[in-house]
Amino acid sequence: MNTDLLVSVLKRAAQRGATAADGFLVEEGRFSASVRMREIENISHSREQRLSLRVFAGRASAAASTSDLSRDSLERVVDEATALARITADDPHAGLPDPSTLVAEVPDLDLEDAGADLTPEQKIELARRAEAAALESDPRVTNSEGAEYSDRRARYAYATSHGFAHDYGTTGFSISVSPIASRNGEMQRDYWYSSARKRAKLEDPEAVGRKAAARAVRRLGARKMKSVEVPVVFDPETAASLVRSIAGAASGPSLYRRASFLLDRLGTKIAASAVTIVDDALIPSALGSRPFDGEGLATGRTVLVRDGVLESYLLDTYSARKLGLSSTHHAGRDGSGVSVTTTNLMLLPGKTTPAELIRSVKNGFYVTELIGFGVNGVTGDYSRGAVGQWIENGELAYPVEEVTVAGNLLEMLSAIDGVGDDLILRDRTVAPTLRIGRMVVAGT
Amino acid sequence: MERVLGGNLLGRVDDADIYLEYRINEDMVLEEGAVKKASRHVSQGAGVRAQSGTRTGYAHTDEISLKNLEEAARQARAIADRSASSGNLALPGRGRPHDLYTLSEPPIAAELARKLDLLRRIDAETRAADPRIKQVIASISSEEVIMLIATASGWTVGDVRPLTRLNVTAIAEEGGKREIGSYGGGGRVTFDFFLEDGRWRRFATEAARQAALKLGAVDAPAGSMTVVFGPGWPGILLHEAIGHGLEGDFNRKGTSAFAGRMGQKVASELVTVVDDGTIANRRGSLNVDDEGTPTGRTVLIENGVLTGYMQDRLNARLMGMKPTGNGRRESYAYAPMPRMTNTFMLAGQDDPEEILRSVKHGLYAVTFGGGQVDITNGKFVFSASEAYLVEDGRITAPVKGATLIGNGPEALTRVSRVGSDLKLDEGVGTCGKDGQSVPVGVGLPTIRIDGITVGGTAV
Repeated sequence: MNTDLLVSVLKRAAQRGATAADGFLVEEGRFSASVRMREIENISHSREQRLSLRVFAGRASAAASTSDLSRDSLERVVDEATALARITADDPHAGLPDPSTLVAEVPDLDLEDAGADLTPEQKIELARRAEAAALESDPRVTNSEGAEYSDRRARYAYATSHGFAHDYGTTGFSISVSPIASRNGEMQRDYWYSSARKRAKLEDPEAVGRKAAARAVRRLGARKMKSVEVPVVFDPETAASLVRSIAGAASGPSLYRRASFLLDRLGTKIAASAVTIVDDALIPSALGSRPFDGEGLATGRTVLVRDGVLESYLLDTYSARKLGLSSTHHAGRDGSGVSVTTTNLMLLPGKTTPAELIRSVKNGFYVTELIGFGVNGVTGDYSRGAVGQWIENGELAYPVEEVTVAGNLLEMLSAIDGVGDDLILRDRTVAPTLRIGRMVVAGT
Repeated sequence: MERVLGGNLLGRVDDADIYLEYRINEDMVLEEGAVKKASRHVSQGAGVRAQSGTRTGYAHTDEISLKNLEEAARQARAIADRSASSGNLALPGRGRPHDLYTLSEPPIAAELARKLDLLRRIDAETRAADPRIKQVIASISSEEVIMLIATASGWTVGDVRPLTRLNVTAIAEEGGKREIGSYGGGGRVTFDFFLEDGRWRRFATEAARQAALKLGAVDAPAGSMTVVFGPGWPGILLHEAIGHGLEGDFNRKGTSAFAGRMGQKVASELVTVVDDGTIANRRGSLNVDDEGTPTGRTVLIENGVLTGYMQDRLNARLMGMKPTGNGRRESYAYAPMPRMTNTFMLAGQDDPEEILRSVKHGLYAVTFGGGQVDITNGKFVFSASEAYLVEDGRITAPVKGATLIGNGPEALTRVSRVGSDLKLDEGVGTCGKDGQSVPVGVGLPTIRIDGITVGGTAV
């Protein structure tokens, strides 16, 4: 049914002079309920749809999208896209992938929850329980930014003018809590969350609430530090952000624009040998899984970095042609066209426990939160605001705030001298605890 | 309105509204010397909101039909049934909408051929500016939003909001080193704005100059030092250090580091900061906010003393204050919340050059990337992308990008000089909060802060 609408839009594009076209349709429904200080705060419902279209006029292309799926509106979108394609410049690399490379059999990745929907009251109750657990777990938790339950059901359809037409559905559920701890006028906020494709896989709301509270409470009494160069241990959440930066620099558009510190480094050592990074789209029921990419190509497992060596970039059809390579089937679709996106991106675990990594540091910094945008993807220069715990003689000694950690990503990756065994696939991009030999922590 | 919100609704809720929106976006991107990417996007939809006490029910749909609106209203209203009303109706909207951006031709309507031609000229100009420029990416984004809001108290108002932005990114290469420079601007202006006063040419040469300059940058220092901020876009300092902390919602909930500090000294007496949504043609300006309240000029800090919060209707009602025209939303898909418009510090008395000369050892920061703040503990960061060492009052070497980190309620108490050269930014700001992005403006005169942590690598 979804694909029928797309196929009719593609037909009209052909009548209007498009030599090739593809279309992507998302329909989704969302619900969210938030509770703050045990009272309902927000409830929201939505139903949305968006059709995006890419048309080719020979080697020129353009994109258009609309949330209005009425016949008039769709005709207008086709006309506008084909008109735009007439004014854009020819590009020898533009075009759909070779039809023979399209996915032959769409795998069932079990991405939809088959269970019955909860009532709004039951959903509110999940948020209420999570927040209550945070408020009750420690007397120093005195305030809250609230807790939220949300769910989402979506259907994705993709079709091309050479006859590909498939769709698949997903569901997603999440609970998050953001408590505030205070002592002697100092206030500290932190958060925790759980998300999953199946509702039954969500963590227990009380466990989410207690973890959020513990994270907020451990920040009380935070000190500033003198500037110093020390070993830095990133917890799994902050380590995952390093992996995201690497993926950004390894993505096709950054490379063909020469805006990446990984340019010309394919096949070379970019990280310590303990580092292996994999993107795996086919893990059943995982948050990042998808049965085909945004151009209808079969998804799979890509080794980005193996034992420290950069083995693959992340490419869609266009960026691959620009670089003289083959697509790695990482095309993503959003409202504005085709991009490169990862699926389940993981830095694989080592054999050391996080406790051992911390114990191995005599004087250093355990980072639990990073803020700001201080990553330069062109040079790899890195400087971000950080929050965490100071490590003294292998023990977490006291909380630290208002400092930055700085270095260069290539040097940081090479200086990774400890990889934790604590990898949990709880989000789209994950990493275990990582130890970096030396970084500059700037403070007073 | 009556049919959708229902006649008996008012007895049970404190406030309710319907927001209708139609939006067109057009993007043209030039890379490798040619415009190969062009796109056009249309969104339309409606959001229905009902509020009772501190509770909000929100439902939105992208099919604007009476049936869907009634369904959305039923869902939004369901929340009212779950709670007792405070019996305290929100005040009806007041004041006249402004007329800040009536244009001879909206930017979305300007001929595509003219936009293409400008992008090509920018490409040539940027490459010509420095032989080390190897890549140029230039884009023109244009938007038109038509909104209509009807509130339960009988206030109905609409607005047509043009917006455009030109951006130039240059990548310079030399001896195996690569660097990036970026510059741009825009506002609620016509396409011709870019052609006036040599503006496009300036954007192009600035992007090239920044990229080339950074090729020779030295490691940024690490530690606390005196920093002089240049005028204009460095006003992002205010946005992060105090702006978010003075939004009504965080203060009502007591979760902001500024909560309960009204009337107290939170900055040096040289500092007066305003949020002003009424400046003609600015990116952050609005005739009315997204709840139908005309925008205003709110003095946030006057001579160092905290004097005002930015409010939407919900938080104003709950705090017994007046809405300030700061209720904003990204689109019909979101409920509004208190947001900034154009936030800037008023000019002082000092000569900007003299301010620089007064620094023995420090940093002069003139261009920044994005920033972020933790509202609750007040810690904020923002990244300097063009900065120089200052030795004995003279600018010396450019330094690599570095994050600056400080504490909101404390940082502005160390402002020791305020220049006479207030400048607003070029019109590039986008602010994110709770997953919603809205266009904003910032501004600053040259100022000196005695002690802020610079997150470089040179210990």
